[in-house]
Amino acid sequence: MKAKIHKFVQNGTYILLDINSGAVHVIDKMIYDIMDTFTGENDDEVIAAWENTYKKDDLTEALDELHALMDEGELFAPDIDVPPTFKQKGLVKSLCLMIAQDCNLRCKYCFGDGGSYGQERAIMSPETGMKAVDFLIKSSGPRKHLEMDFFGGEPLINMKTVKAVTEYARKREQETGKKFKLTLTTNGLLLNDENIKWLNDNDFSLVLSLDGRKEVHDAMRPDVGGNGSYDRAIKNFHKCLDSRKGGDWDYRGVYTYLRGTYTKNNMDFTKDVLSMNDEGFDILSMEPVVLKDSPLGFTEEDLPRISEEYDKLTEAYMKRHHEGKGFFFFHFNMDLSNGPCVAKRLSGCGAGHEYFAVAENGDLYPCHQFVGREGYRLGSLDEGVTDTKLPQYFRESHVLNKEKCRDCWSRFFCSGGCHANADLFHGDIRKPYEVGCEIQKKRLECAIYVQAMLELEKLEKEDETA
Amino acid sequence: MMKHIKTVNKPSMQKTLKTGGCGECQASCQSACKTSCTVGNQVCEK
Ligand code: SF4
Ligand code: SF4
Repeated sequence: MKAKIHKFVQNGTYILLDINSGAVHVIDKMIYDIMDTFTGENDDEVIAAWENTYKKDDLTEALDELHALMDEGELFAPDIDVPPTFKQKGLVKSLCLMIAQDCNLRCKYCFGDGGSYGQERAIMSPETGMKAVDFLIKSSGPRKHLEMDFFGGEPLINMKTVKAVTEYARKREQETGKKFKLTLTTNGLLLNDENIKWLNDNDFSLVLSLDGRKEVHDAMRPDVGGNGSYDRAIKNFHKCLDSRKGGDWDYRGVYTYLRGTYTKNNMDFTKDVLSMNDEGFDILSMEPVVLKDSPLGFTEEDLPRISEEYDKLTEAYMKRHHEGKGFFFFHFNMDLSNGPCVAKRLSGCGAGHEYFAVAENGDLYPCHQFVGREGYRLGSLDEGVTDTKLPQYFRESHVLNKEKCRDCWSRFFCSGGCHANADLFHGDIRKPYEVGCEIQKKRLECAIYVQAMLELEKLEKEDETA
Repeated sequence: MMKHIKTVNKPSMQKTLKTGGCGECQASCQSACKTSCTVGNQVCEK
């Protein structure tokens, strides 16, 4: 049977999630216990099972409350199957451009082999980049919001193409009424004043890569000559962040992320997140490395330690929040009431049908991680999508078609995990990577807890002032 | 007021079965190298 609820304890708080409605309930220990027995229609059984532990009156009261939730559709809500809107053919709305399949760093965990993706080191020509703009416009049908991500390797080593593509995209916006959101991911080494100014003037969202503490960063992110890159990166990141404060920056709809990767070398990554925050950055993300057969990668055995660390991070996050020094942590940020629609929750990342990566030479792949992977080339900008089966397969590889995910409590939050990781570990995009799943679920519990606590605090404040 | 349960949100998921799927929202990569995210923290463009 498909799980309908998920319950967990975080920081001593008992939480009940109704999977199919998304309702989150903070409960007491008694409710937590009796949910082992309660199915919605077996009150007598619940009382029989728990009357030695709890008073009968209390149990009856608890059951009444649970039935009230059911009446509201907030407990045991009906199963969700594929919504009708999901069946149409996919339209492409995002492209990741491999602006440079080359890099000025040699990060130890890079899946792109120092930016080359197992291919020749090369950079994308302006012509290829501009063709990608046209491809996206043509493939997006009536969709208005389009995204383009300038990626690599290190995109700033090929500013010529970045600029040409941006200029062209802005021109085509005028002509077509589309809206391009532009994002660039950089290691910061080439983030000089001139580049910062240009990126600011062109409303780029930025994803800045930093792994936290200097020693952690330097060990993982050396340059071509083997020297640590922390000092150079952080200096430029500060400059960049300072340039994006005040004025209309709050309203431009662009963001400046600082993001890091943790590996087996820094399982105490809370310190790295806090170090980033201490440096003055407050939009942060920190994620587990995904590597197979590597001393830096994680296995099942690491899960308890990782889970413990997320508890620590959660505590630190709440502590800073209460001290008025709160920060935004990507995975804890979740809108429990107005999250995405079901169609979105089911479809997940969109790789291979809504989202493609364009290799430096114009070849199309399901996403940046598939670039250069055997059997995943979908076509090219010149020929268009020549493999029509694979995009359809990606499209149909949503949560409800993955055996493991169908029954997983986090299916509507996680939406089926990363296809690229599934392929890496199991050679099948429908078989999720287990270690990733466990980390995902732990992170979600922390996120739900954080949001529940913030909501309760808000309600308490309202009560006080009322 | 309930004594044993505090519900913290008014979820809209079931409602979106009928209204959702417009597709104007962002793609949402979950891998470690991107802005990556889980869909749980996406915003709706509507
Ligand atoms: S990928 Fe893993 S965590 Fe995500 S829904 Fe599927 S089984 Fe659950
Ligand atoms: S397959 Fe993985 S890496 Fe690729 S877009 Fe999806 S979540 Fe991101």
